[in-house]
Amino acid sequence: MALTGMQIFKHMPKTNCGQCGVPTCLAFAMKLASSSATLDQCPFVSDAAKAVLAEASAPPIRGVTIGEGEYALKIGEELVLHRHEKTFFNPPGFALLIEDTEAADAVATKLAALKAATYERVGQTLRSNLVAVKNASGDAAKFAACVAAVAGAVEYPLVLMAEPAAIEAAVAATPLKKPLLYAATAANLDAMAALAKKLGAPLAVKAAGLDELGELTAKLDALGVKDLVLDPGSRTLKETHQNLVYIRRAALKKKLRPFGYPVITFPAEETADDMMETVLAAIYTIKYGGIIVLRDLSPEKAYALYVLRMNIYTDPQRPMQVAQGFYPINGADENSPVLLTTNFSLTYFIVSSEVEGSKVPTWLAIVDTDGLSTLTAWAAGKFVPDRIAAFITKSDLTTRVKHKTLVIPGYTAQLSGELEEELAGWKIVVGPREASELPSFLKAFKP
Amino acid sequence: MAFQAPVETSTTKIRELTLGANKTVAVGGQNALAFHSFEGTLPNGPKIALEVFDTTPADWSDELKSVLGDVWGDPAAWARKCEGQFGADLICLQLASTDPNGANRSAADAVATVKAVAAAISVPLMVYGSGNVEKDAEVLKAVAEATQGMNVAIGAAVEENYKSIGAAAMGFGSKVVGQTPIDVNMAKQLNILLTNLGVKIENLLIDPSTGALGYGLEYSFSIHERIKLAALKQNDAMLQAPTVSNLGKEVWRAKEAKASREEAPQWGDARKRGIVWEALTAVALMMAGSDVLIMRHPAAAQLVRQAMVGLA
Repeated sequence: MALTGMQIFKHMPKTNCGQCGVPTCLAFAMKLASSSATLDQCPFVSDAAKAVLAEASAPPIRGVTIGEGEYALKIGEELVLHRHEKTFFNPPGFALLIEDTEAADAVATKLAALKAATYERVGQTLRSNLVAVKNASGDAAKFAACVAAVAGAVEYPLVLMAEPAAIEAAVAATPLKKPLLYAATAANLDAMAALAKKLGAPLAVKAAGLDELGELTAKLDALGVKDLVLDPGSRTLKETHQNLVYIRRAALKKKLRPFGYPVITFPAEETADDMMETVLAAIYTIKYGGIIVLRDLSPEKAYALYVLRMNIYTDPQRPMQVAQGFYPINGADENSPVLLTTNFSLTYFIVSSEVEGSKVPTWLAIVDTDGLSTLTAWAAGKFVPDRIAAFITKSDLTTRVKHKTLVIPGYTAQLSGELEEELAGWKIVVGPREASELPSFLKAFKP
Repeated sequence: MAFQAPVETSTTKIRELTLGANKTVAVGGQNALAFHSFEGTLPNGPKIALEVFDTTPADWSDELKSVLGDVWGDPAAWARKCEGQFGADLICLQLASTDPNGANRSAADAVATVKAVAAAISVPLMVYGSGNVEKDAEVLKAVAEATQGMNVAIGAAVEENYKSIGAAAMGFGSKVVGQTPIDVNMAKQLNILLTNLGVKIENLLIDPSTGALGYGLEYSFSIHERIKLAALKQNDAMLQAPTVSNLGKEVWRAKEAKASREEAPQWGDARKRGIVWEALTAVALMMAGSDVLIMRHPAAAQLVRQAMVGLA
């Protein structure tokens, strides 16, 4: 549970030495309480105090990292039930399920397609995160061969779904960095715990319901296995949804440590229909899934899931922005009109989508307005003549187009006079107010 | 150690509102967040209203044409197909062609269409105007008059025209959908204005505006969550009206939903992509608490219905 500044202050050395960067211990305690400082900045805090404070300041849902390096996936450390309360922090990982009974060439094709389904949107890379390899054959040698093939084909971290002996054999043959071991159960708990410790790997825990789940995680915690991922065992939408809500609430509101871990979900095991699988994955993306395992991540489904994940995990207090600059649409050339607007991602998407729909070659000139939408940016002094003029003047726009005409959004018509003064030689045209009116405007307009 | 279920009950509920006269459909009535049947009762669950347009759509994708093209230009046949073949809970007639910036068809034309559609179906009817503030006031007044006794929902009433639409609804016994631009306080304020005008709160629905997946969905999602939390946890009477998401037209405007395979090979199968784009938008809004989902593609609606059944 989060402590207040005064509660933390009680454990401070009270020397006011200032070595932490703030003048007093009380001020430092306040910074700790607001998470704007970390305890290691204080050189004199006692070990006893450290233990108390670390325990108290541990996140209610533990952060768990699978894999290492560029492709590592961090999940957990969520603080709220509803994104508007603050934000959701660590987006869930999408995992493609591969069974070791599948033909090797089919697996290779799937993995190549998975890697190819990588997209750019608003400066973010959208892709899947994990491959889950399942020992469906029951044969340890087949499993090891499949793990080796998958690890050789993709950089994504793996989820190894097998009994401890098969996992141990596979990892002995193919060393992996922090794969997720799936799963410790009441039947194999000690062996899985020992293996997770030996490999330094995170461990999934599968139980038949929440009662047993809490018991198993408490045991694992006592055994020193801390990086856990929960599987409450349900395989129907209704139960899984309920479990996800219960687990998130138990961790955040009841501070129940045994439930303070991210959760793995299996749309792959809840339906045989590919479209329904995508819908289930969407629900678990929205409602607290940490890892989502699917059989099908074909582009037409995966891209929608990636965009949904991005929408849900966007910080509500920080609008998404696109980079300032010129964006050619429909093969814009030197005679195409130039439409000016702000860098709020939604403005950009809506305007660009309407322009694309018009099929008229057009340049979008995007001004950095700190992610504010047109009217807000205008009101905040960020979409104003001097700022726009500075952007245009310092840019290479005159090498891109032969004309000197700029179209501004209809709602900011009042800018036109002053902007013409600031931008000598340029003609300012007031465009439509709504993006939906752009196609008819563009069809009639010549710069 | 037995798990103590962290249930959170609510002492209040979303107002239940009944639409239709012949075959009625109730929306709202729940005292818990979406699909939280483990801590409350949700007697009706969200409903799917399938869209019918009053004119032949101009630039819809080939996929939409392949499923709906045979009834384009015949709103009554379109509505019949949505009810009979696609199992719509409600029909939402979109009077797009009344827009003065488009075909500018008259209120009398609109009334004729509404009557033809109403006669073709037994499920309840919702009627949305074109979104043109002045024209909607005129058209929806005529629609309210022509549908007296049918218990239809008309919309969207906005800040600039709520007086005429609200008055017509009161006079002829329609329900009113009030629409505001993605803002909890504005949604509340419009309901206050409508009730001050004399419209009973029992006759109101909230349309807090909809952004499609990738086009502002996160805002619509959070507005729905905030409205439902305010309604259920803070007992905010003005926000206890059921909510509506007019999502079909937003989704199918997105290039991700309508681009052909040739235009966007990197996005995979075009048919499934459009359906997934609409289904995911609808599912997100439904999980956030929306009570009426206005949808376009029957296969997307079918997926959402399957999810509703699975969650209930």
